Amino acid sequence: MTTFLGMPPPTAPRGVGQLRGTVPFPHAARVAVEDAQLRRNLAHATTSIRAKRAAVVAEVPDWEQLRRAGAAIKAAAMARLDEHLTALEAAVTARGGTVHWARDAHEANRIVTRLVQATGERDVVKVKSMATQEIGLNEALAEAGISAHETDLAELIVQLAGDRPSHILVPAIHRNRAEVRDLFRRRMPGVDPRLSDDPAALAAAARSYLRERFLSTRVAICGANFAVAETGTCLVVESEGNGRMCLTLPDTLVCVLGIEKVLPRWSDLEVMLQLLPRSSTGERMNPYTSAWTGVTPGDGPQAFHLVLLDNGRTAALADPVGRDALHCIKCSACLNVCPVYARTGGHAYGSVYPGPIGAVLSPLLTGVEDNASLPFASTLCGACYDVCPVLIDIPSILVDLRRRHVDETATTVPSAERVALATAAWAMRDAGRWRRAGRLGRIGRLLARGHGRIRTLPPPLSAWTASRDLPAPPTETFRDYWERSGRHD
Amino acid sequence: MRIGLFVTCLGDALFPQVGRATVRLLKRLGHEVEFPAGQTCCGQMHINTGYQRQALPLVRNHVEAFASYDVVVAPSGSCVGCVRHQHRLVAERYGDPDLVAAAVATAERTYELSELLVDVLGVEDVGAWFPHRVTYHPTCHSLRVLRVSDKPLRLLRNVRGLELVELPAADECCGFGGTFALKNPDTSTAMLADKVRHVLDTGAEVVTAGDSSCLMHIGGGLSRLRTGTRPVHLAEVLADTADEAAA
Repeated sequence: MTTFLGMPPPTAPRGVGQLRGTVPFPHAARVAVEDAQLRRNLAHATTSIRAKRAAVVAEVPDWEQLRRAGAAIKAAAMARLDEHLTALEAAVTARGGTVHWARDAHEANRIVTRLVQATGERDVVKVKSMATQEIGLNEALAEAGISAHETDLAELIVQLAGDRPSHILVPAIHRNRAEVRDLFRRRMPGVDPRLSDDPAALAAAARSYLRERFLSTRVAICGANFAVAETGTCLVVESEGNGRMCLTLPDTLVCVLGIEKVLPRWSDLEVMLQLLPRSSTGERMNPYTSAWTGVTPGDGPQAFHLVLLDNGRTAALADPVGRDALHCIKCSACLNVCPVYARTGGHAYGSVYPGPIGAVLSPLLTGVEDNASLPFASTLCGACYDVCPVLIDIPSILVDLRRRHVDETATTVPSAERVALATAAWAMRDAGRWRRAGRLGRIGRLLARGHGRIRTLPPPLSAWTASRDLPAPPTETFRDYWERSGRHD
Repeated sequence: MRIGLFVTCLGDALFPQVGRATVRLLKRLGHEVEFPAGQTCCGQMHINTGYQRQALPLVRNHVEAFASYDVVVAPSGSCVGCVRHQHRLVAERYGDPDLVAAAVATAERTYELSELLVDVLGVEDVGAWFPHRVTYHPTCHSLRVLRVSDKPLRLLRNVRGLELVELPAADECCGFGGTFALKNPDTSTAMLADKVRHVLDTGAEVVTAGDSSCLMHIGGGLSRLRTGTRPVHLAEVLADTADEAAA
């Protein structure tokens, strides 16, 4: 049970950022599954990263204990989140950083814009960050005349294409290298017009383009994978080293941190830094782990601002079932194993958080009714729960969000579905009614026209028969058979 | 030992041959099976579609129907998964403490067919004869909710005449997902297409599984494409010996 002593915590506001789609999932998915190139790119990428993850997880003998430890650390962090956040603020402030509290996307965007404006700069470089995409920071900066330049290779691809990320970790997973080459040739300033689609050549082109940016830009914006309350340390875990360039070269560093990222102790990293790379990229260890604590005189950025972002997280924390979704460390293992994600890609989810974790996190942050189709975008197959490094029971949260949706819309006009399920529940309440309902099988046999299978049904059941047959009901239910045969076979 | 057969609503209405096979199999192994006439449905479709409140009377009815049995068996991984993991949650949210206790007690005595055979009765060779090339699809809930692991495969490997062929990408969902198949028909069909392709790649005549619902989905695709490959429930594969089949 949950008891609110005051107003329920606010959800993420509408009209800013990217937590809501413009069309329901089934409609967006219909377009996606018919895109042959997308299907090919996704199948290739998810299959290979699944195999990599499985191989490196299998070599850790205490993987299950590590998962349990990760879950316990996150649960403990969330249970006393308020204390950890004020401890983090004190530690960062003591080391020369400045901490800002942002209730939602609007506040966070205003704070960051003001901080950049105060430097007098018009360009910023960015480390890959989910939180800043969630709040639509690049768009807010653009409105203030500030250009934000993504420096993660995949984010750069997405930004040059005017596209949206479709995966938490591999934002351009929906693109193949030929598409990337064509994009670089068209959009990347100063690129060799004969650029090939060799991955090394593509990386080299991006590298020379980005080096210019790193050396000429004086403000950087980042997120963080973890922030340690006891020391005030923020960490960025990455593969390319472009993040470290941003974190070390500019004069001013602004970090936008979702409040769920806080860890109580430095020693908690021992568990998290084992779980994250193996789950996300399928690597034993990620190439670059950058940790910084406030400001170090004479070394790195001399001004550091930490923006603590709520944007619906406190509302998610108030949900006794859903709150575990805040344990997510954004590894994206659940996306890679999800049979739905592997066929629709990330854009169909509408939010920057796609896949199974997105299907629970997005509605928790926005309120269920603003993302009502997402909890249903799953077969509840359970593959996500099996790979989650912090044991988030995503299927159970999906089922509970479906319950919330049904309960919260109970007073509106009854849908065909609601009537059908209420009727079924009525008929299944006792065996006598259910037996009489069984006589309806005769209708099904008529529809089968003696062929043993039904090939067309009227809406809404036509959704089934559009691609699948249905067996004709038998002439005798099991129950009737049992009665007739004198209770034995 | 009083064994109560939970035939499931789908098994009752659409696949009575699966319940009959379950009874035949257990009888051959020396066990009497009863069919509690008060049973209807475990409520899984309601719970997983969000209608938990409406599922409460179904949970109550189920628990009452099976209260007096030592063991309950169902030829369905997902229905047993619902009884084991969801009845308690529904009872806690909308019911009363007595129902919670009764739901937990029933859940603890409820087994999916391969669990009952291997774990409770200690049988891996049921003496069955099924002379066909067969591939096995491990259904999501038997695999990841019940953790039946390779129990169905151990049973299948002991079937006379059966040629077992491994299904590629076996542990990937077929795309059924209950009302998912209706709410997200395009994604569901995309998943089914790959499952059907993998089944056909094995060259099997028969695809078997522990859930009639998943088989209804896979079979619906196989039939629509006139593949000639047919779905047969695990209980039916295990039900008959060579002598019985000849008789």
